[in-house]
Parts: sequence; C-alpha cells; structure tokens
Amino acid sequence: MANYSGLIEQERYTCAIGALQTVVAIRHAVPLLHSGPGCGSMIAGFFERSKGYAGGDTSPCTAFTEKEVVFGGIEKLRHNIENTYKVLDTDLQVVLTGCTGGIVGDDVESLVMEYQDKGKPIVWVDTPGFKSNNLVAHSSVVNAIIDQYVSRFEEENEPRSERNTVNLFASIPYQDPFWKGNLREYKRLLEGLGLKVNVLFGPESEGVKEWQQIPRANFNILVSPWYGKTIVDKLKREYGQDYFWFHYPPIGANATREFLEGVLTFAVEQGAKIDSGKAFSFIDAEENSYYEEIDNLASFLLEFRYGLPKYVHILHDAGYVTGLSRFLLHETGIVPVEQYVVDNTPAKYQEQIQETIRSFSGKRDIGVTFLPDAGLAQQKIREVKEKHDGKGLIIGSSWDGDLAKELDDAYVCAAHPMELRLVLTTNYVGFTGGLRVIEDVYNTALKIYE
Amino acid sequence: MSKVNLELPSVQIREIRLNSITGYSGDAKDLVHESGCGIKDRNRTFTQCIGCSNGQAGCMASMMSDSAVISHGPVGCSSCFHEYNMTYRVNAPIHHKENAPRKIFTTNLQEKDTVYGGVKKLSETIHEVYERTKPGVIFVLSTCAVGIVGDDVESVCDEAEKELGIPVVSVVCEGFRSKVWTTGFDATYHGMARKLIKKPEKRSEDTVNIINFWGKDAFGEWLAPFGLKPHYISPFNTAEELSHAGEAAATFQACSTLGSYLAAALEQEYGVPEIPTAPPYGIAQTDRWFRAIGKAFGKEDIAEKVIAEKKEKYLPEIDKIRKQLEGKTAYVAAGAAHGHALLDVLGELGMKSAGASIFHHDPVYDSENPNHDQLAQRVGDYGNVPRFNVCNKQEYELVNALYKAKPDILLARHGGMTLWGAKLGIPSLLVGDEHLSMGYEGLIEYGKLILDTLEHDEFVKNFQQHALNPYTKWWLTQDTDYFQRGAK
Repeated sequence: MANYSGLIEQERYTCAIGALQTVVAIRHAVPLLHSGPGCGSMIAGFFERSKGYAGGDTSPCTAFTEKEVVFGGIEKLRHNIENTYKVLDTDLQVVLTGCTGGIVGDDVESLVMEYQDKGKPIVWVDTPGFKSNNLVAHSSVVNAIIDQYVSRFEEENEPRSERNTVNLFASIPYQDPFWKGNLREYKRLLEGLGLKVNVLFGPESEGVKEWQQIPRANFNILVSPWYGKTIVDKLKREYGQDYFWFHYPPIGANATREFLEGVLTFAVEQGAKIDSGKAFSFIDAEENSYYEEIDNLASFLLEFRYGLPKYVHILHDAGYVTGLSRFLLHETGIVPVEQYVVDNTPAKYQEQIQETIRSFSGKRDIGVTFLPDAGLAQQKIREVKEKHDGKGLIIGSSWDGDLAKELDDAYVCAAHPMELRLVLTTNYVGFTGGLRVIEDVYNTALKIYE
Repeated sequence: MSKVNLELPSVQIREIRLNSITGYSGDAKDLVHESGCGIKDRNRTFTQCIGCSNGQAGCMASMMSDSAVISHGPVGCSSCFHEYNMTYRVNAPIHHKENAPRKIFTTNLQEKDTVYGGVKKLSETIHEVYERTKPGVIFVLSTCAVGIVGDDVESVCDEAEKELGIPVVSVVCEGFRSKVWTTGFDATYHGMARKLIKKPEKRSEDTVNIINFWGKDAFGEWLAPFGLKPHYISPFNTAEELSHAGEAAATFQACSTLGSYLAAALEQEYGVPEIPTAPPYGIAQTDRWFRAIGKAFGKEDIAEKVIAEKKEKYLPEIDKIRKQLEGKTAYVAAGAAHGHALLDVLGELGMKSAGASIFHHDPVYDSENPNHDQLAQRVGDYGNVPRFNVCNKQEYELVNALYKAKPDILLARHGGMTLWGAKLGIPSLLVGDEHLSMGYEGLIEYGKLILDTLEHDEFVKNFQQHALNPYTKWWLTQDTDYFQRGAK
C-alpha cells in the first residue's frame, strides 16, 4: 500500500486506474473502465502517446452519470462487456473499477464471473483511484490476470516445466517511459546467457499465449526497488517459482555485469542448463564494446573545458534514482547529490533503498528524500543551489525543465509527465542503455552552446 | 428565462439548462428543426472513454496567469493538467505574458478520506498552496469521490477566502454530474462570475470582452475601425484583470460552446450586453458579425465600409481557393460550435459536406437568442449537412462514419480525431487555434491549409497500409447509430 497521503504538487504518477496502461501494454488486450466518463482521458493525458492497440479513446467505459451513482451501474457494465465483443477484436479483456464504481459497490466480480464461466478471456480488478496508485495497482492487474486467466491454462502449462525459461518483471509499462526499449534489451541480454524470456508486455512479447505459459518458467526475475514484489511473491506461492531480485534497473557496465552474473548464478542454482563459458563470453563481448565507446569518450569527459555537469539531482522513481545515481557516479563522474524519490515508495522499502544507494560510495553520503510532492522537492533543490559548485544537472519530468532553466542547470527529461520529449524504443538499461544516457546527458549539456 | 443563478454554489448542468443532448443521428436540417421542439437525448448501450467536466474546468482554471488549482480528489483526477502547462508555455508569448509553470495541486485523497471526509485536508491544502504560490486566486475542483462522499467544499473555500484575503473559488465539476463535457467550462465560469468578476463602478466604452481559449489576436484589428479594443477572457488574465470584465461595453464569444454561460452571466449580473450574433466563420456570418458590432455601437456605416474593403481585398484570393477545392468533400469532427464553424468554412470554400461527428448539441444557448444558432445559419447559408451525428466523443461511431463517408479530407479541432482519418488514408487537418479560420483572412489561411493537407497525403497513404485497427468488420458495416437505438 502506498503510504504518503499529503498534498502533491506536480504529480509524477497517477491513481490506481492508471494501471489500465498495464493492460494496454499486453498485445491485443483491452481495458474496460467501470468508472466516471473522464478517468480514461486523465490517464491518456498523463502518459500521452499511450493509446496502444485499444487504450485511450478506444477503451470502453461505462461513464457513470448521476443515475448510476444512485442506482448502480452493473447493467450498464453488462451492456458494455457484451458489446465490446461485437465492436472490438481483442484477446483479453480487463475490467477496472474507478472511484464511482468502487464507492457505489457494484458487484463487478459476479458479473465478470458470468463471462468467465462462458469461457471468455475476461478479468476484473478493483482500482478505485483513492485506494492506491498506478505503481501499486500494476501488480494488482498482473495478479488478477494470473488468478483469473493464467490459472485456466495450468493443465497444458506445467509449473516449472521449462528449465531455461524465466518470467521477467521489470519496467512498469508506460510509467517507465523507456519500458519498451528496456524490455527488449533485458530480453536480448538474458537470451545471450542462454535463457528464454517471457517479457509479457510490448512488442517483444507474444501476448496472451506467453501469459498462458507463465507457470512453465523455472524462475522469475524481478528488477525493481519495490513495485512488482507482490507478483513474484504470488508466483512463488502458486507455482513454486523462486525469484532473483535485482533492486534497480542496471544501467551501464558495472550494474549490468553484476545483474547478468547474478542471474547466471541463480539460474544454475535453479537447475537451468547454461553453458557458463558461452554466457561469460557474451557478457565480456558486450562489456568490451561498451568500453570501446567510453575509451573514445574519455578525453572529452576529462578535457572539455566549457562546463560539463559536475553534479546531479534526480527526481524519479526509486528504481531510476538508484540506477542512475550508481551509473552517473562511477561511469561518467557526475556526482549524485540530493536525490528525490517521487514514486510514493512504501515506508518498509525506504531503508533498503537508502542502504543500496549508500553502498555506491565509500566517500560520500548521497542524500535521498522520499517525497511524492515534487513541487516541494523542487523547492528543496532551489534551497541547496548555493551549496554546490560547478554546473548542475537535473534529471526529471517536463515539470523540471523550468527549474533547470531557473537554476541554469543542464536538464534531461526522463520521467512522466513528458511533453518535452518523445521516447519510442529507446532503452536506458543495459550496456547500451548506459551509452544512451551518456548521449542524452552530454548532448543536453552541449546544446547550451548551440 | 435565464438559468444563470449566481446564488447557487454550483452551475446548473447543460442537459437541464439548455436541454443539451449527446446522441443524434440524421441530418443537420432536421436537428435544427427538432431543437426547437424539445429534442430528446438518446442513450447508448456501448460507450467508450469520453472525458469529463473536470478536465475542462481545470483547463480554464489553470490557464489564468496567476491562479493556483487544487484538485480535491485522488491523484488521478488532475493527472492530465500538466498539458495546460504546455498550452500556456506555447501560447503565452502570443498574449504578451511571461511563461510561468502552472500551479497544479491535488489533495491526494485516500480511502480513509472517503470514509471520514476530506474537508480538513482540503482546508490545510488551501493554506499550504497559498503559502507556496501566493496566487491571485485559488480554484478548488471537486471530483467524483468527493461528490459522492459529500464534502462541503463551498464552506471550506469561503472560510479560507476570509482568512487569506484572496478569492478561493469552489468549482463543482464531478465527472458523473453531467453527460456534457463542456459543463466543466460552465462550472469554472460560474465560479469566476461569482467570485472574481466585480460589479462595475464605471463602463469602459471602448472595451469588448471576447471569451476564447488561446487563439491569436485576430479581433484587435477587426475592432479597431470601430474604436474598440478586445479584452480576451479568461486565459492569460490575472485575477485582477478578469475582475474588470464587468466594466466592458459588450461581450462576444469566439466559441458559443465555450462562452455561452459566462456571456449570459456578464449580461445578466453585470449589465454587459452580449453581441447578438455568432462568431465570424464564413463570409455570410462574417458580414453579419461586422454589422452586429456596427449596430451595437451605432456605427453601421463603418461596418459597411469594413465589409466592402474586405471583399475587395480578399475575394479574388478566396475565389482562387474555391476553384481549387471545387467538388472536394470534407468530414468534420469537433466539439459543437466549432464543428458548426468548420461546416460554415467548408461551405464557404465551396466544398461538399460528407457529414459530421459533433461531440454534443446545445439546442439553444444561454442567451436564448436564435442569432447565436450557428447550425441553423450553416443550413441557411450553405445548405444541409447529411449524416450529422452527435457522437459524444465516441470513437467507434466516428470510425464507422468515416469508414463509410470516405471524404477527401477530415477537419478536426480536438485531439484524437485525426488519427482515425489517417488510419483510413484520409488526409486530416487539426487546427488548434480557434481564431485561425475566422473572417475573410481566415478563409484564405484555412483554405491554404486544406489545400496543403490534400496535396501532402503521402504520409497517410503509407500509414493506412500499416495502421492497427481493433474494430471488427461487423462493426464497420453497421449503422453509425446502432447502439444509440438501444441495441443490446
């Protein structure tokens, strides 16, 4: 459960029903909203360019009016489900309830079960906005699909029947602006080790067929500081799949090598059939091409005399704050100073995240503040400006561009809301992701001189 | 009888006030006729995401230059408001304002607040927002959860207003309250009319209020010959600037869907007469518009002079464009009044109307003056519009209609509509600046954009061959209003 309940200026995540994007990210799946008329456009407006196959204005929505608030909206939902089958060609339907549906207390479960009994690939999940946020509800959606859909295919998908197959739970679709590219890169890297990977979302997944085969995987990989944890816990209970947990997105050489070696060790322990020699040569080759670029770049980093960034403030989710801090410090020399985790990390994970970030440096304490009120975080950044020498860098959402301008800092837009940057299939994770971060950071810094 | 009642904390919704409807299928002529005799709305048995009042209320609230906006609800109910930050950024220079980040807040309502109420939290938030931003006005937008729980937002705002000494405006705009998305505009305007606009102590005889979004300054030049100057309201106004709207000599709306309520409130409560005519789209209406201004200010001769000059200056070029567009068909997808405006423009340019998907329909505006009825004028000036569908932003109906209409071009005003034109290989044009196609000048400018869009169709032709389409073959061949007829 989310734990921050105070006011928020400039929100960087959205409410529970925002997890409809988790559905949109599954090939040919459709979210059906049982909610007020505007919930879908609020979410579409938050993420922008997030329509996918049947999201955005395509998604059915019962669009509560006063009448449904008073008398309930279950009949309207019945019509909408029934007619969705006529109007839209989809492989999986996920009904998500909004505040109105939640407060009114419609028995959505019974209705959806009627269609499940008829064999329809339909699932429901309770996501009133006041209950949690989209990072938490992402797991609720995934777990609901596992409970109500994947479970129907257990007979033909024996648990842990494929020794070298893994399910990957990493980027939250859309909330992580680089999710598509990241999932593609994770898949490529893990295949390089000799594994078969279900990424479940985006173009690198085979859609519902892949979801049906979730039980077959030997084990799971979780790359996340906290979100998604309940998914792998559930799969452990249901199918006896253990999980390898890497606590932040591996960006650049150090973290990516550590991640891949960690997976390798774990895979062997779990009985996967891995050619370790081949796997290590793969990692070495990836690392070599990474350092070839760093070698070429090093003189620039060391000698460009016109004010490259010396320190960085990151306003992002716990994963990116951690992953980027490690990467920027060790692989570019930009020092992470006060960092702001704006994703409403639950209290019980905060100490662990702080510990992880502390472990990156024996010399300095990187200050981390957990603060979804990003407007206040900006104020705090203004207040410490005088403390730091040299050029600053701010990595955050479009909201932070104005702050960077005000403070004369360099700026990379890498978080939602993101109207000042287009991201298609760019990845930030892996060796190549690190190089991409370098391009983004230093191109922005160079742009000042255009 | 005017329905403006500023004593009430919330605006009366459009479906009650104006008998507005969200479903219709037929032609424009019949709709105009039926509008006069108590037209009945049609419900759908299949609906997609629509958008709600909250978004429109948030738009008008956050586009004021010194406002702070508090969404009193869960974090999701303000999650698209950052878009207004972009809109402000892009359009501020046109309005000679500095760009400044919009002040957007949410009370971040939790489950426990829906049980015990969120009134205390709201009060604390208002004070914190005041300390942080020192705004000229704070708007508090209500949301579905708060509406159902029943927080007394109005009292909290009134109390804070007393303590802080600035207007704190409650905007009642829960999504479920109205089926008509534009009720959100009315909700914020209601608040502005109650709490920001002041009783005039003097009349500013040379100032005309223009209720608009963020279009370029087209009216300054048109009003100058009459010795008048525009005061655009309410975007880019400070609370202080807007407070003088009651002093203007007249009010005119750039879009009747938008400004209907505020114009009526200004007339009724502050004695600012509304110019009794629709916005100047198409030559016929542009001439009427100049004449209405002339009449209102006793300067009919100037109106005739301006009209004659414009005709001489622009008609030859308009004729050239007409020749190039002759026989071309256009389909319109837009919110009500602006959709009618686009239908005027394409009629004036000699294009054939292939149909229209219009978001909702107001049978009458708050002025209750038939001279504001743009659709009736369109039918009178340029003929009927076949396949006129009131679509309530339902994408599936638009896709179905476009699939069958196969126009040469799709003309749109709101985001999301052009996508389906392009997917079907139809050159599609969206113009966000509502002033661009106004007047004689606008016909030329917009006409050129149409020609340009028709000419450069390479992208849509390529895209068409690869575009995703989730809609079933079955649906694409049904009647567009299939689900409006109660089909189960």
